[in-house]
Amino acid sequence: MMDPKTPCDSSSNFDSFMFNSLSRRSGISTQSRSSVRNNSIREVSFGHSVSKPVRYGSKGADSEALSTSQKEISDEDARLIYVDDPERTNEKFEFAGNSIRTAKYSIITFLPRNLFEQFHRVAYVYFLVIAVLNQLPQLAVFGRGVSILPLAFVLLVTAVKDAYEDWRRHNSDKIENNRLALVLVNGQFQEKKWKDVRVGEVIKISANETIPCDIVLLSTSDPTGVAYVQTINLDGESNLKSRYAKQETKSKLVEKERLNGLIKCEKPNRNIYGFHGNMEVDGKRLSLGSSNIVLRGCELKNTNWALGVSVYCGCETKAMLNSSGAPSKRSLLETRMNSEIIMLSFFLVALCTVSSVCAAVWLKRHKDELNLLPYYRKLDVSKGEEDSYEYYGWGLEILFTFLMAVIVYQVMIPISLYISMELVRVGQAYFMIGDSRMYDKATNSRFQCRALNINEDLGQIKYVFSDKTGTLTENKMEFQCASILGFDYSSAIESLENEQVEYSVQADGKIFKLKMMVKVNKELLQLSRSAFANKEGKQIYDFFLALAACNTIVPLLVDTSDPMVKLIDYQGESPDEQALTYAAAAYGFMLIERTSGHIVIDIHGERQRFDVLGLHEFDSDRKRMSVILGYNNNSVKIFVKGADTSILSVIDKSLNADILQATETHLHLYSSVGLRTLVVGMRDLNVSEFEQWHSAFEAASTALFGRAAMLRKVACNVENNLCILGATAIEDKLQQGVPESIESLRTAGIKVWVLTGDKQETAISIGYSSKLLTSNMTQIIINTNNRESCKRHLQDALVIAGNQMSVPGVSHNSEGSSDAVSTPLALVIDGTSLVYILDSELEEELFDLASRCSVVLCSRVAPLQKAGIVALVKNRTDDMTLAIGDGANDVSMIQMADVGVGISGQEGRQAVMASDFAMGQFRLLVPLLLIHGHWNYQRLGYMIIYNFYRNAIFVLVLFWYVLFTAFTLTTAINEWSSMLYSIIYTALPTIVVGILDKDLSKRTLLKNPQLYRAGLRNEAYNKKLFWLAMADTLWQSIAVFFAPLIAYWGTTVDVASIGDLWTLSVVILVNLHLAMDIIRWSWIIHAVIWGSIVATFICVVIIDAIPAFPGYWAIFHAAGTGVFWICLLGIVIAALLPRFVVKYIYQYYFPSDIQISREAEKYGNSRDNGGGQIEMLPVSDAPPR
Amino acid sequence: MATSNAGSNDPSTTRRQSKRPKYSKFTQQELPACKPILTPRAVISAFLIVTVVFIPIGVASLLASHDVVEIIDRYDAQCIPTNVTDKVAYIQTPGEKPCTRELHVEKRMKSPIYVYYQLDNFYQNHRRYVKSRNDEQLRDSGKANSVSGCEPEDDANGMPIVPCGLIAWSLFNDTYVFSRNSDNLTVNKKGISWKSDREHKFGSDVFPKNFQNGSIIGGGRLDANLSLSEQEDLIVWMRTAALPTFRKLYGKIEVDLEKGDVIKVNLQNNYNTYSFSGKKKLVLSTTSWLGGKNDFLGIGYLTVGGLSIFLAMVFTIIYLIKPRQLGDPSYLSWNRNPGGH
Repeated sequence: MMDPKTPCDSSSNFDSFMFNSLSRRSGISTQSRSSVRNNSIREVSFGHSVSKPVRYGSKGADSEALSTSQKEISDEDARLIYVDDPERTNEKFEFAGNSIRTAKYSIITFLPRNLFEQFHRVAYVYFLVIAVLNQLPQLAVFGRGVSILPLAFVLLVTAVKDAYEDWRRHNSDKIENNRLALVLVNGQFQEKKWKDVRVGEVIKISANETIPCDIVLLSTSDPTGVAYVQTINLDGESNLKSRYAKQETKSKLVEKERLNGLIKCEKPNRNIYGFHGNMEVDGKRLSLGSSNIVLRGCELKNTNWALGVSVYCGCETKAMLNSSGAPSKRSLLETRMNSEIIMLSFFLVALCTVSSVCAAVWLKRHKDELNLLPYYRKLDVSKGEEDSYEYYGWGLEILFTFLMAVIVYQVMIPISLYISMELVRVGQAYFMIGDSRMYDKATNSRFQCRALNINEDLGQIKYVFSDKTGTLTENKMEFQCASILGFDYSSAIESLENEQVEYSVQADGKIFKLKMMVKVNKELLQLSRSAFANKEGKQIYDFFLALAACNTIVPLLVDTSDPMVKLIDYQGESPDEQALTYAAAAYGFMLIERTSGHIVIDIHGERQRFDVLGLHEFDSDRKRMSVILGYNNNSVKIFVKGADTSILSVIDKSLNADILQATETHLHLYSSVGLRTLVVGMRDLNVSEFEQWHSAFEAASTALFGRAAMLRKVACNVENNLCILGATAIEDKLQQGVPESIESLRTAGIKVWVLTGDKQETAISIGYSSKLLTSNMTQIIINTNNRESCKRHLQDALVIAGNQMSVPGVSHNSEGSSDAVSTPLALVIDGTSLVYILDSELEEELFDLASRCSVVLCSRVAPLQKAGIVALVKNRTDDMTLAIGDGANDVSMIQMADVGVGISGQEGRQAVMASDFAMGQFRLLVPLLLIHGHWNYQRLGYMIIYNFYRNAIFVLVLFWYVLFTAFTLTTAINEWSSMLYSIIYTALPTIVVGILDKDLSKRTLLKNPQLYRAGLRNEAYNKKLFWLAMADTLWQSIAVFFAPLIAYWGTTVDVASIGDLWTLSVVILVNLHLAMDIIRWSWIIHAVIWGSIVATFICVVIIDAIPAFPGYWAIFHAAGTGVFWICLLGIVIAALLPRFVVKYIYQYYFPSDIQISREAEKYGNSRDNGGGQIEMLPVSDAPPR
Repeated sequence: MATSNAGSNDPSTTRRQSKRPKYSKFTQQELPACKPILTPRAVISAFLIVTVVFIPIGVASLLASHDVVEIIDRYDAQCIPTNVTDKVAYIQTPGEKPCTRELHVEKRMKSPIYVYYQLDNFYQNHRRYVKSRNDEQLRDSGKANSVSGCEPEDDANGMPIVPCGLIAWSLFNDTYVFSRNSDNLTVNKKGISWKSDREHKFGSDVFPKNFQNGSIIGGGRLDANLSLSEQEDLIVWMRTAALPTFRKLYGKIEVDLEKGDVIKVNLQNNYNTYSFSGKKKLVLSTTSWLGGKNDFLGIGYLTVGGLSIFLAMVFTIIYLIKPRQLGDPSYLSWNRNPGGH
């Protein structure tokens, strides 16, 4: 979704810093600023679980942490900015200008820097070392050009690609730098190019403009100093966030009087959610937090203008500082492959050793003859005196032979494999993205492949860690039930047709409509209209007023095609609040306008204005928020909304005890069907109370130190003795296909763990509705709040688990046995308990227990705990873990898991940014893993083994020949052919097969999720396959080499002719070997396989048609003889025979699940009517003997 | 960015901007494809096909090989006079070293009869050796001075050698004169080299220069008046053999030899293979479509063909005893042992 031309694109991976801060788990408690945000009420970590404040709402910076404002910025750590005095600001320190440079290279630095970067890859270094070795005259095995060519080719292609990308970046930099901004110069606003903006300058931004650099707000068009910004370019969240100008500056007119301010703030850093500093204006010191800064790349919305002073420019802006790459992951297959690569290195060293030792022995035996040996001629007399020609003594000769052998046998280490694997992964990604099954219509989002090196891991996932909200559920909150005065009004139950009322109001000749439809309860709708008719009506009035007012929602008026009709779009950070506001509007309490000073609510067509006297933001300790409204008649009321436990504790229990009880019953009912509940309360404030509160609030909000704590205290003091208004229940609907998906994943042998910030009851109810939990499961619930009981619980649970396990006589090895247990176990554990378990010796026991359970549900977990749980599994097993989530709170777990999947859903895009793969819905995980993961794994596993074989057979053929050349590393195969072997002759088929071949159809794979277990059992790549392949390689190389050797022994054959025969037979053999293992022959595969063979013939002919080579015309002479063709045919058949036999025996008598399914795919239909029998009958008329 | 955002509010633009991947059989990986499976029938048929192809070829190869008549005579030891003890010194002394050999024709040989010399244990494929030549110099009269790669036989007495390098330097120089019943048998030495070499690799205006003038004589000398493209012995010699035991064509006898003929060979034993105990052999051979005498291919083909028919039968028998229904789901691992493992 990012436009690649904007510089902020490079910031797309900004989340990596979050990962850093999150992964430092031990250090988190000392961290003052938390980068973790929670967007909504329910995903709140336990305040005491880690001493890490979680902020809620947009003004959170103030409540962030007291330590922030307490901490003094020492002078050497600070940057000093004189407001509107860029000269003075910039005279001492050289702050960066605002011109940005995302381009990596200039024309001069391109070559050295690009080469330097390219040679970070080990493969290239290996290439280079070999090529350099070959340049030494004593070791020149290949011609100089030939040996450099492949490396030069790869380097050139990469360099051209890099240069092109960099050129595009240059262009976008230019566009970006030349954008215009209004800057205050000598009391007047002038247009300036972005690149000329300096730190300390005052900038004016109009609505819908992009912010050129990080600025501290001074004033805005809103009298209260609020500005709304959209941060979609920064973190992808489309909702509006409010930023505030300081009280002391908001009224200053900078054009008229020069603002003499000094801002002292921290050095540039990457934390986009934190900022701290202070500003001295008119002798007063004001503290600045992250709510006062607007970052480069954001857009100003809903605010006519804003003034700010630039504090960080250009490359020092937070957006630019965050533009670094995400940590790269390595796939399991690649890690496993390393041990085989080491094995191949041993082979390489062994072959080189054999060659050099044999050469040494040969030299020793012919020591006396060397001088005059016609094919050695050590004696050199051409220069007058006797001399040794190119003979350096024993030691060096052996060393040189060894090094030459390394050069000749270099392809034993399949360097080309790394390049092919990358190409294959790109191809696989192309098809994954292009798969219409992976497209989600609801969010109009395609599958995204953000990491290109772990495709095959998708085929080996053993654990799936899933977030709940937004991942399993839609996170489209729907207002479902309300309990007012102890009466339950359920919109869903009453109106079966799910009537959706399109509510609209008319005002000023304009019609205001809601952007979203809301289901309403007719009875309640009636009642709400009869406000003040009775006490009941009054209560209902207050209830909906609370819903409409007690939130941080900003209404946005959107133009529609009809100029008379305006759509109201409620923007806010919490989807729960949005749902409640929409519901209130549907019942006639439409929030029309919100500024920081007042709100306008349209109540049944009548506009009412309320003064917002105070707003206590949500925080994780109180778990509630409140708003203090001043009525027109000067009465003041406080409305409070929050989690049930937190409100019920501050309710005045003496009032309406029966209502309270009824409400509690309803709350229990709601949460048991998986609804998210909130309780609403209110209280009238009398004048003295209000005054008391007001002075405390003023004092607290202007406090320099400990502001957040003071505000919290003020809030707690006023939020008590509430009168209960009612409760709301919001449905967080399960996403489409979630229960089926979970069922599929479990059949596939994948363990699904759900980690959620929700309450335990909600988590369990979602567990049931998503089929994660079933009634036949034994639930182990661990809810403790101290270490000892936690330990005891774990041990008890282990005993239960042990009993369960021992009944069916299953070994304690947890591998794959979970589904074999007669009563599956489900572990339900909450975040508080996890605090005592994670990072302690109890981790081991938890892992033991959890691995025996088929389901694990963790509720009330903080983001860091999510990562901790993933780490718990990841560090103890080799099994692959996958984390899937959609919100910022899932980022840590997504980064921690082997494979991170982001849901591009409601909660912004931070999870997507941090993920390796991103998609629209949870259910797409099934095709992703079962189809694409399976294919990718099977393809890549085969490809690796095949590439080992392909290179090893070539090296062995070279090696065998060396044994017949007095061990002098002559190659019969033309040096050009050796180089082209892995570039042209055999490269394309394996890549295309790696991308296109598929063992089973999508349908079969989805129908039988068990087939996924092939990946869990490492069926496509393991040691046994490797050694089988190597044995096969040995035989095939013997067949290829020795058949022509014996056939041509003692004949007139020359080096080039037999070399051509070897070249062609190896290439044909290697391609047919691949052909034998191809499962689906589409025309592309045909073209590639036969095309490669034809291309090889053409290349060999071309090489032999160049008179400068000694082998000139050899292929034409050789191909004119019958021996050549008979050898070729014989070699290919004889070499493939053992493989063919073994393959057949395995497939027919020891069939794998995949093999059977393949057969079923082909013969499945005919089998039902006995066709399978007919199919095989003709075999019985066996060949006569 | 801003436009797409605004557009999403309007349902019609949203539809237009749908990111649904375009459907095609290619992108959905649904291209029509043939999916071969190794059924018993296919496998057994494959083996039968191999048998049917290989056994006739094997038989034909064996027959062709048996039709070839070959006379091989090793003469390196016999052509040293009995009184000579130091063979190397003998062969290195200049002068004629005549030797006479008698070859008995055991079977009628039809013309053309190819005359080869065979060297054993001579590594023409040695790294130092194969590279020791300069193809430019051989082809182009103007490049006589390009002797790179030819060391240590690049120049002698300060002059470049044409043809330079160890290969040319070590040119084989034994000569054979054949007679049957005191009639001279003409050996045709024209056309023994590759036409392509004569025309493109060895220049018709390049003449040997300063050849074998160094202090160490490696082998034959060349007629300085004949261009390289006419020096066919050199051309043949310079097509370096792939294997340490090799033959090189010496000439062709274009008359039939009858059974019982005795061929007398007057040879000049000049070439030094004694210093590295290499063997020298004279070979007279007819030819077939398969080339020279070689039983290996025939035997190999018969073996593979035989093995195939054997495997075909074994698989047939096993199949008849223990067939498996293809695609039978009851063999699936999760159906086989529902209780887990």
